Amino acid sequence: MEPVRIPPFETFYEEHKDPVFAHLRRLLGQGAEDAFQETFLRALRGYPELRNGRHLRAWVFTIATRVAIDETRRRRPMASPWLHELAVEDGLPPHAELGHLTDNLPPKERAAVVLRYGFDLPYDEIAAALGSSEDAARQATSSGVRRLRERSKRS
Amino acid sequence: MTNVSAELDSRFRAAAAEEGLLDVAYDVVDSPLGELFVGISDRGLCVISYEADPDAQVERLARGFGSRVLRSTRPVDPARRQLDEYFEGKRKRFDLDVDLRLARDFGRTVLEELGRVPFGEVTTYGELAARAGKPRAARAVGTIMNRNPVPIVLPCHRVVGANGSLVGYAGGLERKHQLLRLEGALLA
Repeated sequence: MEPVRIPPFETFYEEHKDPVFAHLRRLLGQGAEDAFQETFLRALRGYPELRNGRHLRAWVFTIATRVAIDETRRRRPMASPWLHELAVEDGLPPHAELGHLTDNLPPKERAAVVLRYGFDLPYDEIAAALGSSEDAARQATSSGVRRLRERSKRS
Repeated sequence: MTNVSAELDSRFRAAAAEEGLLDVAYDVVDSPLGELFVGISDRGLCVISYEADPDAQVERLARGFGSRVLRSTRPVDPARRQLDEYFEGKRKRFDLDVDLRLARDFGRTVLEELGRVPFGEVTTYGELAARAGKPRAARAVGTIMNRNPVPIVLPCHRVVGANGSLVGYAGGLERKHQLLRLEGALLA
């Protein structure tokens, strides 16, 4: 397939800022503002290296997810009360403690498991976040869970 | 869906410029001649356009200067301030770096010469051609004026026909009239 031209950053930003912010709100609740700015600053830094405009949504969702995971890790001591708040606000299950239980999984499986069971994201959004197909997102999630089960049997 | 607030949006746009991550920062500036599209690169003022509709301009800038083109107010503020002062009659020359990297050879020489034509005076296409070293290139100078990337600041409105007629202006003759009247170079 022909590579798709990279649009001017303004166009890219206007098209994705609201969905990316919504994604970050689901992942982080009230702290999403700083993560939003960090996500698009990282996108700006990487923008000149992009060679294809085809998967920009998946690309920026992956950046946002990484920023959110960094942010969650940074404030892990506060995770519980803050997640409780989020759970009340959005009706999400407060399972993001999954974050550190999954520390030893391969990165893609880890992200898939955390997004699925920590943040209750549907598979299409996980796929967008990982830059992969929905099938691949399902697969990464289930093999991550399998790995966790095996590990807990052993210990 | 939760939308990005105006405050968060402008905070990001300011941070992007502050971190030096933009190829061009632009904004739309109000003026007595209508809205002006003004763009600033890392080397200085790179575009002023009477065509204030951003989409086409943004595409054009991305092709010429790099894809990281973003609306951001603060980098444009010095140019905005000087344009305001000029239109209020308080400024006779602009003190702004101009980025002419897209102009080549003769075109560039002509634009640099154009920058030396003072407030309130006019010159002719032929005269400007001569000053740029090609006395018979009046017609080429006309084309270069028509494509001037930064009108007003590089004063192509001060270039007129040998018989004193205004000839043409990319922003329309009415605007050329207005600018020359503002500078006192035309009586009516």
